[in-house]
Amino acid sequence: MEGLNELAFVLGGVNHWITVFLIMAGLYIIVSRSNMIKKLVGLSIFQTSVYLLYVSPGKIIGGTAPIISDDFAVYSNPLPHVLILTAIVVGVATLALGLALVVRINEAYGSIEEDEVYSDGDWN
Amino acid sequence: MLIDQFPAIVVGVPLVAAALCAIVRNETACWLIALAVAFLSFVGSATMLGQIQEYGVALSYEMGGWAPPAGIELRVDLLSGYLLVLVSLIATAVLIYGRQSVRVEIKESIRGWYYTMYLLCMCGLLGIVITGDAFNAFVFMEISSLSMYTLIALGKDRRALAAAYQYLIMGTIGATMYVIGVGLLFTITGTLNLVDMADRLAPLLDTPAAIAGMAFVVVGLSLKIALFPLHLWLPNAYAFAPSAVTAFLAATATKVSIYLLMRFIYSVFGFGFAIEQTPIPEVVMVLSIAAIFAGSFSAIFQENIKRMLAYSSVAQIGYITLGIALANATGLTGSLVHIFNHAVMKGALFMLVGGIALQIGTVRLSDMAGVGKAMPLTMFGFVLGGFSMLGVPGTVGFVSKWYLAIGALENGWWWVVALLMLSSLLVLAYMGRVIEVAFFRERPEGAPPISEAPKSMLMTAWVFILACIYLGFDTSFTVGVAQQAVDVLMGGAQ
Repeated sequence: MEGLNELAFVLGGVNHWITVFLIMAGLYIIVSRSNMIKKLVGLSIFQTSVYLLYVSPGKIIGGTAPIISDDFAVYSNPLPHVLILTAIVVGVATLALGLALVVRINEAYGSIEEDEVYSDGDWN
Repeated sequence: MLIDQFPAIVVGVPLVAAALCAIVRNETACWLIALAVAFLSFVGSATMLGQIQEYGVALSYEMGGWAPPAGIELRVDLLSGYLLVLVSLIATAVLIYGRQSVRVEIKESIRGWYYTMYLLCMCGLLGIVITGDAFNAFVFMEISSLSMYTLIALGKDRRALAAAYQYLIMGTIGATMYVIGVGLLFTITGTLNLVDMADRLAPLLDTPAAIAGMAFVVVGLSLKIALFPLHLWLPNAYAFAPSAVTAFLAATATKVSIYLLMRFIYSVFGFGFAIEQTPIPEVVMVLSIAAIFAGSFSAIFQENIKRMLAYSSVAQIGYITLGIALANATGLTGSLVHIFNHAVMKGALFMLVGGIALQIGTVRLSDMAGVGKAMPLTMFGFVLGGFSMLGVPGTVGFVSKWYLAIGALENGWWWVVALLMLSSLLVLAYMGRVIEVAFFRERPEGAPPISEAPKSMLMTAWVFILACIYLGFDTSFTVGVAQQAVDVLMGGAQ
């Protein structure tokens, strides 16, 4: 029975395990890559983890969409979806602005490698 | 009554005006719109703060008529009213100040967009302060951050682009951490309204989800605050942004994040839990002292004066968070007072440096030789601002350090007081360097003649310098409001 409990713990929180994986993967890419586009990819993955964190606990197995009707009694919580819709918009805007900045950096420096951009010139 | 509508007006009008500016795009028209809106927000905020001080009741506005906790609530109490007044005041002043420097530093074709972004940034900052909803605060945070990255990238130097990119990465990590924390708290409480969340969280505070949520929120906001060692984005962003943007950012952006952190620590988690039962005070204490010394030391070795003042901001943020770490009412008063005082003095200093940058074309210390003779009013203001940073009695810097020192003594932490005194010596070192170069060195021969900065810039900066001295003597506004706000925060009752 001990083993079964542990299995239930691992499988029951599978959405959270994926969230944690996405957080770590995203942060790792941001820290380890010096290419600015790849960093933005990491940032997007990092932000994606939030979507799952919010949306997955809102779903109830067997629950329907929140429509008032006599036929259904169990509803999924619609609020997380609305919040994440907003968060997705924010994420898209951030990514768009980040990519626009990278285009401008490429024009100005001729490179999008962070070590080349930051070592160039006197930063003091 | 009309005043009931003020919370929506203060944050809604800048948002609409930003869209209007994006359509108009004529420089003068946009400037007038922005100035009118910023001034309107200031009048609205000041009226609300006066009202709250008089009646002692927080103003609550139900967005769209949906009652909280389900609907989004705009909530103005003493603390948020205080910050609203600060942000809208600085926004108005920087608009008056920035007209000339924007004309020099930003291409004509995009000046309309500059004012659009400025208004959006102001709307976001006011929104963070005014909202009573944790997720709404995230949305406003991103509105202000995204427009801020754009504003920084408008700097003439190509390094401004790299600085904006760096800030975008760090700022987004911070905001996402914050929203992860809010998500965990939302999962266990089922509410996003801060007041409601505080009620429902009270019995759940010891659960791992609540503690993890608190950790994410605190770390995420610390990134936005630029609390040492998460300050790496700040020096470059401040150094390479256009002068007017730097003055606005330095005086408002980090302060608003500190507000949100205080809101979470004191109003949501509560003093009894967050301060007394978690290691937050110890951690913040160590980081604040590290920030004060590392920031001041780095400032001493900077060649770029804007970067020097930026490092000094890292140190000053350390003073503000130190007040939280002292964990008593006097310390927190000191930190609230310093939020306002630092905004006034650092805003003034960045404004004066902007004037110098406009006249001599650079902000390098070595190019500033003899500036004191050519621009006596600017440099005299700089000296007075420096005194204030140093904490000379009779300036605002003294008032906040006084409260912090008393707060430390109440805990019997005399070594904190000693460190505060020691850190003032470092301020003397970096401000002294500028004064030495500007006054005691001759301008190189053959250098083009220079004169004072344009009147509008000089006058706005001097209003702030005089405010530094006035508020150093008459503390009834800053300390008065701060003490009342501390009573509310520490009492826990909202």
